[in-house]
Amino acid sequence: MWDYSETVKDHFFNPRNAKALEDANAIGDVGSISCGDALRLTLKVNKHTDIIEDAGFQTFGCGSAIASSSALTELIIGKTITDAEKVSNQEIVDYLGGLPPEKMHCSVMGQEALEAAIANYRGIELKADDHEEGKLICRCFAVDEGKISRAVEKHSLSSIDDVINYTKAGGACTGCHEKIERVIDAVLAKKKAACSSSSNFVNYPVEAAAGSFASAVSLGDQLTQNVREIISNLRPYLQVDGGDVSLVQASEHLITVSLSGACTGCMMTDITMGWLQDQIAEKLGFPIPVVNQIPESHEPQELQELSHLAHP
Amino acid sequence: MKAIYLDNNATTKLDAMALEAMLPLFTEQFGNPSSIHSFADKVGAQLKIARRRVADLIGALHETEIIFTSCATESTTTAIYSALKVHPHRKEIITTVVEHPATLEVCEQLELEGYKIHWLKVDKRGRVDLNEYQKVLSDNVALVSVMWANNETGTLFPILEMAQLARQKGILFHTDAVQAAGKIPIEVQDSGIDMLSFSGHKLHAPKGIGALYVRRGIRYRPLLRGGHQERGRRAGTENCASIVAFGVAAEQAELHLETMNGRIKTLRDKLEKGILAQVEHAFVTGDPSNRTANTCNIAFEYVEGEAILMLLNQQGIAASSGSACTSGSLEPSHVMQAMSIPFTAAHGTIRFSLSRYTTEKEIDKVIDVIAAIIDKLRLLSPYWQNGKPVEMERFAPTFA
Ligand SMILES: Cc1ncc(COP(=O)(O)O)c(C=O)c1O
Ligand code: FES
Repeated sequence: MWDYSETVKDHFFNPRNAKALEDANAIGDVGSISCGDALRLTLKVNKHTDIIEDAGFQTFGCGSAIASSSALTELIIGKTITDAEKVSNQEIVDYLGGLPPEKMHCSVMGQEALEAAIANYRGIELKADDHEEGKLICRCFAVDEGKISRAVEKHSLSSIDDVINYTKAGGACTGCHEKIERVIDAVLAKKKAACSSSSNFVNYPVEAAAGSFASAVSLGDQLTQNVREIISNLRPYLQVDGGDVSLVQASEHLITVSLSGACTGCMMTDITMGWLQDQIAEKLGFPIPVVNQIPESHEPQELQELSHLAHP
Repeated sequence: MKAIYLDNNATTKLDAMALEAMLPLFTEQFGNPSSIHSFADKVGAQLKIARRRVADLIGALHETEIIFTSCATESTTTAIYSALKVHPHRKEIITTVVEHPATLEVCEQLELEGYKIHWLKVDKRGRVDLNEYQKVLSDNVALVSVMWANNETGTLFPILEMAQLARQKGILFHTDAVQAAGKIPIEVQDSGIDMLSFSGHKLHAPKGIGALYVRRGIRYRPLLRGGHQERGRRAGTENCASIVAFGVAAEQAELHLETMNGRIKTLRDKLEKGILAQVEHAFVTGDPSNRTANTCNIAFEYVEGEAILMLLNQQGIAASSGSACTSGSLEPSHVMQAMSIPFTAAHGTIRFSLSRYTTEKEIDKVIDVIAAIIDKLRLLSPYWQNGKPVEMERFAPTFA
């Protein structure tokens, strides 16, 4: 079965704050019965100090879903709403001493419940985010066909690595790679058909990318300039969360940046990098890999983490 | 505390006699049965006996009708591709939506490659509609492949009838009998079954040995070509030790068929009644009146299967679940979905599967602890309040 940490087991067998608060003034409901994970978080917030005085959870879900909910309540009790808002799913994972990759979505659910409860406290109505679109492709990150096919189409992705960088799908156990390849092939086939019907467009993604590289020599400096500008426009978004980014190097094939501050937690780095790559590609008008310059000591650890992601 | 193993549909404990029989083949009897010397002869003679015993378990007249494979997955794959190769102009396959992935995934792949797959649906009790089935039998069909017993619920399909109907139309019929072999009497000889797959490790033989029955006289194309082993029908040096153990285990399984449908069935029924008496909002899935004697699948509403398994495991009880979380997926088992089991229950299905090693004391222990486990989890569940289910509208999360 799953290789759960001792803390996960402890929080599953002896859940903390498993209750529905009678006098709650903030409620966050997330999940769905069809996905097999659902959580209600109830908070008692002091109106004058904004401090979360008590929290309770009710969870329908597996061992790690229950443990994540329990950990969440422990993390937020005693915090002000403003501080609690900063609790990320990675913090829940860290608190639990790690989660198997296939179970990451449990911590995300915890974080979303908190978000929903805080919105509820502030009287904000959250919009329903109906994420189900087509067949589920990547179980580890809960990514469906719709999302992958949109990313492939919008950014002219052509390899598994591209898809991992943009959507995270395929980035853990690798079990879904064959299915992702099929989605890529289907989108490319559709594009090709559209191209040949209107010959004015030379829209085939690989050629388009190659074309822009061909003339890139003279554009090199221009490119660096453009990327620097794009990044400086993006910095404020990261600074809000206590992070920052700077450009290290831009070539026609690769953009290297350096993340700092709050963005450098392992899981958050992935998310931030995905977002950065997305933004940069959109502004430049063509896809280009963006990598983070990692201090050397980090690398072996990351590789190690990836090597045990294979399915049992 | 001795662990209680109730997951025999996943795999079984090796029979002691089977273990004893296979051990010499790892030491002094290491010969390759294809060689021309005395080392080979000893091994060859034992393979012959094993083949006879395995043939007997399913009532095959000729032992040459048995092809040893590496597992049942290889057997089913071989059967399906063989049928397509001998009938290159037939581009349709009939199967069901509740097959084991060994069949499902192969058929889904063939569908992508342009084959037409007729996916027979099942009703709430997991039964197929024979009228639907008859409607799709035609000259375009290369193969019907239907499981005999379902691995999750134990539900039996009317295989003999379905095979006969296929035969009348001249269509090849294969059955995945992995969960049926050793649990119900099987006589392929005068049936309409052309090919049948089964596996050693579900009947107290080792893992990694399977068999495919291929009726004498039908057309067949091998999946693995190479050496002349298995008369050219499955190349590759034999897994001699496991074949010998499979032989012993098959013989034992046949001898214990009565135990299976007597003592084990009684224990299974006791377990089921005991649990249902202890826990409300729980029900049996599949077709209770028509299933293998060792299997019982119970849906516990408003709780999630993996959490149940973890608490059972804490008490030393091993079972399995059709819940999404146990597979790292987000969807409950395709079998539960096919039977339209509501999501509130599908995620909480637990399969208990017994064997001839199961004792009454073990069953009593499960009945003893189950109610407390389910209560504990229901207390945590947002779908359960004050000892009863919450109306669904009262807990309908706004964003997922
Ligand atoms: C119905 C059914 N078919 C096929 C298989 C696959 O058998 P094997 O593990 O020998 O490949 C199983 C085993 O889980 C099964 O239950
Ligand atoms: S299923 Fe996609 S990485 Fe695991």
